[in-house]
Amino acid sequence: MISTSRLRERLRRGAAHPSVAWVRAKGEEQTAPSPRPPAPWSVAALGELLLVAAGVPFLLPLILVVTTSQAWCFVTALLVLFVSRLTRAQRGRFQALGGLVVPELRSPAEPGSSPPVRLLAWARAGSTYRQLGYHLVVGPVLALVGAVALLGTGAGAVLSTVIGWAWLMPRGTPVRGGHGFPAVAAFTLIGMGLLVAAPWLAVRVARVDRRAARALLGPSRAVELQQRVAVLAESRAGVVDAADAERRRIERDLHDGAQQRLVSLAMNLGLARRTLKDVPPDAMQVIVDAHEEAQAAIAELRDLVRGLHPVVLEDRGLDAALSGIAARAPLPVRLTVSLERRMAPTVEAVAYFVVSEALANVAKHARASRADLTVRQLDRTLHITISDDGVGGADPGKGTGLIGLRKRAASVDGTLAITSPVGGPTTITVELPCEL
Amino acid sequence: MRAVIAEDSVLLRVGLVKVLEAVGYEVVAAVGDSAALLTAVEEHQPQVVVTDVRMPPGFTDEGVRAALLIRRQWPEVAVLLLSQYVEERYAADLLSSNTSGVGYLLKERVANVDDFVDALQRVASGGTALDPEVVAQLLVRRHRDPLERLTPRERDVLGLMAQGHSNTAIAESLVVSDSAVAKHISSIFTKLELPAADATHRRVLAVLRYLGEG
Repeated sequence: MISTSRLRERLRRGAAHPSVAWVRAKGEEQTAPSPRPPAPWSVAALGELLLVAAGVPFLLPLILVVTTSQAWCFVTALLVLFVSRLTRAQRGRFQALGGLVVPELRSPAEPGSSPPVRLLAWARAGSTYRQLGYHLVVGPVLALVGAVALLGTGAGAVLSTVIGWAWLMPRGTPVRGGHGFPAVAAFTLIGMGLLVAAPWLAVRVARVDRRAARALLGPSRAVELQQRVAVLAESRAGVVDAADAERRRIERDLHDGAQQRLVSLAMNLGLARRTLKDVPPDAMQVIVDAHEEAQAAIAELRDLVRGLHPVVLEDRGLDAALSGIAARAPLPVRLTVSLERRMAPTVEAVAYFVVSEALANVAKHARASRADLTVRQLDRTLHITISDDGVGGADPGKGTGLIGLRKRAASVDGTLAITSPVGGPTTITVELPCEL
Repeated sequence: MRAVIAEDSVLLRVGLVKVLEAVGYEVVAAVGDSAALLTAVEEHQPQVVVTDVRMPPGFTDEGVRAALLIRRQWPEVAVLLLSQYVEERYAADLLSSNTSGVGYLLKERVANVDDFVDALQRVASGGTALDPEVVAQLLVRRHRDPLERLTPRERDVLGLMAQGHSNTAIAESLVVSDSAVAKHISSIFTKLELPAADATHRRVLAVLRYLGEG
């Protein structure tokens, strides 16, 4: 049996686990605040006091706004002007003293845009207002409470020791008034109380401050998710590319090794078959069989290598490779290709294999007499249409081939649509991005 | 007959030398790249050159470029290109200037020594040899519409014709009479609106011209 508290502890840890908390930015995981605030006067609490103390100077804007009633406009304008610097300063404070990395904000404008555009983007970005909210309201308020906590700590230190130095004070002061010992005892008690309460308050302030900073000074959740998606998309593209490169490597190895040897072997056997005249018929039959086996093996290996990665695709591009597929298809294929330029190699490979598998499907299942294959590039999308005049009834929910096709297209963020009424005809439309 | 071989794979080069020597060619040079090929052709003036398409240093189409140069500089030298895969532009390049004494085969066809030697001899004697896969690809490409007017039989004949076979060879392989083949061919020329010509390579030129430009 696991006790409830341990279970809760596990759950908490689980929540902080990277795979669960994947939407959080890096760095936060390392510094996820301990669930329980540190006890007053522990080393951790002293650290929190430091963090709070470093926050006190940020009280200045609020003080200026409140005290100089005429200058609040000016101060606000200054704040707006220096908002990113202030954010940087606060980020520095949290990183150095709070052990918290507030993720950097990305510039709201596209890089390289003109100053007015940048200004507009800045003025419209939610992050700007969140930062201002922190610097104008949350930060100063917390700094105020923090200052109180710090003052309380100081006062606590002074008052709790009053019993030791009260005799130093002149008569008539509150510490050494006419009341004598009860007053000193009361001051000492109050001081001790402050020594406990003020750090407690500081620790709480620090916690709230951290949360506010993360929420208001860092990127919003939507932006974080966006960044995360970008990272994931990039890493997936990397994986797809790596798989593609690996297939090419295997293709090259096969071509340079096994394929050449097989051709050479078959050539020698063919030569033997042609030139050896006075061998017994049995032996000749063995040679003939071996020669034919070798040629069959060559054909098989060629198909295999083509299935891995067709060299012509790499050398000459999609157009040339597709005409090969169309020519090898067991039914007449009308091919129309209009491409302005080469695609990303991985996209070319996906397009090639999708067409190849789709035509194989047509030949196998559609009972079609002909097929049409159109490949067009429109803007940044590659459109592929494969249609046949067959019996139709292709169901992407059933055929593993069609699911495979869809997965292939999806691996580069492409889409695949099938219309295939029973009785035909079937049309497969594939759209792929030209660049990854 | 004197021959020069250019092939970067040592294994295949040795094999090719063996095959050519076995059928009575004298291999005067066997080299591994296109620069050496051109030097060898200049030096030995062979009757026929067998060359790989992909060779060092670039491993792209060095063989094709060397072949074009040889065809231009020494038109009497027949060239047979071997390629790992079919690329119709190679065929178009090769056949655009002069279709006599050129050939373009898939590399693996050398495994079938008889077919290979047959193609080589056709090329060496001024004919044409195109790989069936090349022809299939040329036929599947653009400008199909006039081709659709052909009957399946006529398409077969056109395919064999484009590979460089003579009427007799076509008749043999389709198991029909010579006159039937001649009839098909004249019908093809009519349908494709091409003036009939008698020399084998002219027919290939006509077919390819039509496919390439028509």
